Amino acid sequence: MRDFDYARPASLAEARRFAAEPGAMLLAGGTTLLDLAKCGVAAPVKVIDITHLEGLDAITFGAAGVHIGALAKMSHVAADAAIRENFPAVSEALWQAASAQLRNMATIGGNLLQRTRCAYFRDPLAFPACNKRDPGSGCAALGGITRNHAVLGTSKVCIATNPGDLAVVLSAFDAVVHLGERRIATDDFFLLPGMTPEREHALEPGEVITAVTIPASAAARRSTYLKVRDRQSYEFAAASAAVGMELEPDGKTIRDLRVALGGVATKPWRARDVEKALIGKPLEPEAVREASLLAMTGAAAQGDNHYKIDLAPRVVTRAIMKVGGLA
Amino acid sequence: MTTDILPAKVKRGDASDGGASLGSRLSRIDGPAKITGAARYALEHHLEGLCHAVIVQSTIGAGRIGVIDTTAADAAPGVLMVLTPDRIMPLKSATTWLDTPGPEGPYLALTNVINFMGQHIAAVVAETFEQATAAAALVKVYYEETDAIATYDDPRSGEGMALDHLAVSWGEAEAALAEAPVRIEATYRTPREYNVPIEPHGLVAQWSGDKLTVWEPSQWINGMSRTYAEWFGVPYENVRLVSPFIGGGFGSKAFALAHGAIAACAAKMLDRPVKLALTRPQTFTAFGGRPATRQTLKLGATEEGKLLSIVQTGANETSVDGVWGEPLASVTALMYATPHLAARQTVVPVNTVLPSALRAPGENPSAFGIECAIDELSYEVGIDPVAIRLRNYAEEDPHAKKPWSTRQLREAYEAGAKAFGWEKRKPEPRSMRDGHHLIGWGVAAGTYPVRRTAGEAMVGLFADGRAEVASSGIDMGQGTYTILAQTAADAIGLPVDQVEVKLGDSALPGAPVAGGSQLANLMTGAVHKAALAARDELIGLAISDPNSPFRALQANTLSVADGVISSPRGGEEVTIAELMRRLGRDKIEVLRDTLPETNNSAAEKHKTYTTITRMRSPTEGDYSLHAWCVHFIEVRVDEDFGTVRVSRVVSALDSGRLYNPKLAESQWKGGIIMGIGQALLEEGLVDRRKGRVINNNLGDYLIATNADIPDIEVISVGVPDFHASVLGGKAVGELGIVGVAPAIANAVYHATGKRIRDLPITLEKLID
Repeated sequence: MRDFDYARPASLAEARRFAAEPGAMLLAGGTTLLDLAKCGVAAPVKVIDITHLEGLDAITFGAAGVHIGALAKMSHVAADAAIRENFPAVSEALWQAASAQLRNMATIGGNLLQRTRCAYFRDPLAFPACNKRDPGSGCAALGGITRNHAVLGTSKVCIATNPGDLAVVLSAFDAVVHLGERRIATDDFFLLPGMTPEREHALEPGEVITAVTIPASAAARRSTYLKVRDRQSYEFAAASAAVGMELEPDGKTIRDLRVALGGVATKPWRARDVEKALIGKPLEPEAVREASLLAMTGAAAQGDNHYKIDLAPRVVTRAIMKVGGLA
Repeated sequence: MTTDILPAKVKRGDASDGGASLGSRLSRIDGPAKITGAARYALEHHLEGLCHAVIVQSTIGAGRIGVIDTTAADAAPGVLMVLTPDRIMPLKSATTWLDTPGPEGPYLALTNVINFMGQHIAAVVAETFEQATAAAALVKVYYEETDAIATYDDPRSGEGMALDHLAVSWGEAEAALAEAPVRIEATYRTPREYNVPIEPHGLVAQWSGDKLTVWEPSQWINGMSRTYAEWFGVPYENVRLVSPFIGGGFGSKAFALAHGAIAACAAKMLDRPVKLALTRPQTFTAFGGRPATRQTLKLGATEEGKLLSIVQTGANETSVDGVWGEPLASVTALMYATPHLAARQTVVPVNTVLPSALRAPGENPSAFGIECAIDELSYEVGIDPVAIRLRNYAEEDPHAKKPWSTRQLREAYEAGAKAFGWEKRKPEPRSMRDGHHLIGWGVAAGTYPVRRTAGEAMVGLFADGRAEVASSGIDMGQGTYTILAQTAADAIGLPVDQVEVKLGDSALPGAPVAGGSQLANLMTGAVHKAALAARDELIGLAISDPNSPFRALQANTLSVADGVISSPRGGEEVTIAELMRRLGRDKIEVLRDTLPETNNSAAEKHKTYTTITRMRSPTEGDYSLHAWCVHFIEVRVDEDFGTVRVSRVVSALDSGRLYNPKLAESQWKGGIIMGIGQALLEEGLVDRRKGRVINNNLGDYLIATNADIPDIEVISVGVPDFHASVLGGKAVGELGIVGVAPAIANAVYHATGKRIRDLPITLEKLID
């Protein structure tokens, strides 16, 4: 913890100006920033409080889909009747995330920017090596306890899991992240660690997430978020799947399928291979099981997390069967 | 069986017997203060001139401090003092809880020698908490690091040291095992588990001359007061420890710890009151939880499942600078009738904080071993898991060879099995299913000894007709306030709302540790005695005092009921308040203790309340005294995901007489809930390179949430046991957790056919 400046910008434009300053960090729900400041990971030079900015928390439906303001609270979005009808997976992902207290504070924009729960990332005093925190310092997780670490999208310098639930759903349904005028697909918003794990998303200095839009689709209306974990509440996913499906009028041929995984990858993990393998095919358990294995293409275990490679395709299968009415 | 002490018609000892307050389902009288926030906890004390201490912990697992550079911290805003091993005042070594001298030399709350990761090495005191926290981050430490041995799975830790006092044997166990027609052998493991009370550890310390006042959550007011007094070389009476409310302890708040010494040192050195609160991560190394344990059990039996021999070898982790033995044979050597038994164990020193007590130390991991092993034997010989337990039922204490005072364990099997519907169980593993869920039904028994120490209580009657009970005994949520009010109300003859109870203050009459599930029994005994004496004194005055309306009746005695005094010979009925007014008395106050009358000197009392040397073992006397329970548990295991959900719990428990069934049931359920977390979730994850517990927070150290807990049915099968305690109760608080984890492991086996012998049973252990 160290002293920091506190700014309360009068407008979004001012917030952007402040946010462009080196060491500036935005404060919305505060559930990530305060937590990380306490464990010595976040040390902002300037905290820019945007909680009071108006017009950024609305949930608006149109023919094209839904527009969710970046300051809308997780609990608010989860409980929204139209969200539950048109995007059930969004509601399910939100209410299964974090705890009730956190959901009442945390915002949608902040939720996308939450940091990994990697214990080594969060403990700088005991584990100085972390390429995400301090580029080039090494990775203490490698060779450590890796039960919760990623098996997909890892690099030799970082294996930290993206902790998101909502972001997995957004990835599945081609949601768009609004940074004011600039818009960017969810899948492009989140970055693979590669050799630059400190850079987790495409946000440039001075940019502020203003909204997320999710296109309406038949698949989104028939969707689910399945989260598997040991504890039934307030735990990150061992593996999760966001799945949406549209069937042809024959009631059994898959017309559209969306699959994304959480809890297993360094970013929200769209499983397009699974989608391609099943679109146009009849919904049949064996085909679904086989296709779900494609989600793990390229997976690499660290030791403690090998179970994720077995578990994740089962979660995908169950979620597909569930939206297909077969489970 | 010794049923001679039981009345012909079995009494439950609760409200169903009729009678007044004790035994009724009164809600906790401290409840409203807690839910409205009126109850003030230790760290909520704000004193004039209060400053704040923040601890710095080591970031290596072994070695020594080369240099601590405090230059930046000393100069930081608001900083009053930076305590380091070289700057902290040396304290005197304090007597241990066994009444033995502490380690030689001065007691140093901060040292340059590092024995474990997360050891306290410095403390920063500043005007505000934020300033102290900021400055603590500026303390630079240069270490001379050596290799740490993180866990007992590191081969360098060796076999450890034998703890002969925990060894048990009778008969020729090895030989009998070798000859047994049926033999099974398995190793069971439990990980490091932590107390994680929601109220964190911390204190406010204030000196006034050579008198110290400490506001600190405490399970043992008198024991901790003694430690503080001895550390600082002041008379015991000079320390006042105040702890009226405690937000959970589970064994972790019974001792004065290094952080307490640091805060009291800082307060003395600065001559200002100091508040020190450990952060949640710091609590994982400021005191120890339950050590990791492993035990290998070999059972020899007949083809019919009758035990012939039990051979057990066990080990638990301890620290490199102390010995904590987790008695792994405590249930093994008690639960079943076996003609031969041999159990021995070692402790293996590793670089960790010294482990300590966590709810049912010993009985808890011991039951995990034997109650899983007997289940394995039941499948081996093809006998129902309940039936094999009854077949090996111990009719007397197999170790002490004494009769049980009471053992309603057979009744517990019967009542629990009936309520659970056990007879519908299909014996084959994997034979019960609901969609994706494999369903398993498991059973396991538990036990906890009746420990007995004397206590004392002051009972006062006041001019307004109200009564007051006072004791340094504590209430950490288990219901002491309530049951002592009920006890006094009955003994005096008052409505319970006319009794006020004061607890948790060293200025009040003494009490031994609120641990070992002994406090309710010993304090109801002391209060009962003192309250009867107060009533006798009142009646004596009513009979003899010239101003009493009863004097003319020349009665031998009078009745007191509902706060009204009357004579069996009729005549006037007078309230206690009216009588006190006519007698011209402000109060009647009596102090009584339950020490032996032949040995109740002040020195003896001091030992009784500040050490555990006066705690009587459960087998001292003619009987073996224990509480018993059986848990019937249903789990649903998702076959694809390996996730285990507890869907049903029925537990039947014998805690003797229940002073307040509502509160006892809550205690049992709390233990069962903790047991579910232990079985499925809890595990300190130790990074073997650095000896760091990496999940040292409530987000990552998983305890059960509401969503993990089904409805729990608890059934009391106890009867009053007057060998166990004055008013007939046995152990409650630590009983409920014992046997829960094996019942779940057994249910998981029944569901899946997979025998998981190392806790917790997480999903990856059940995925093929």
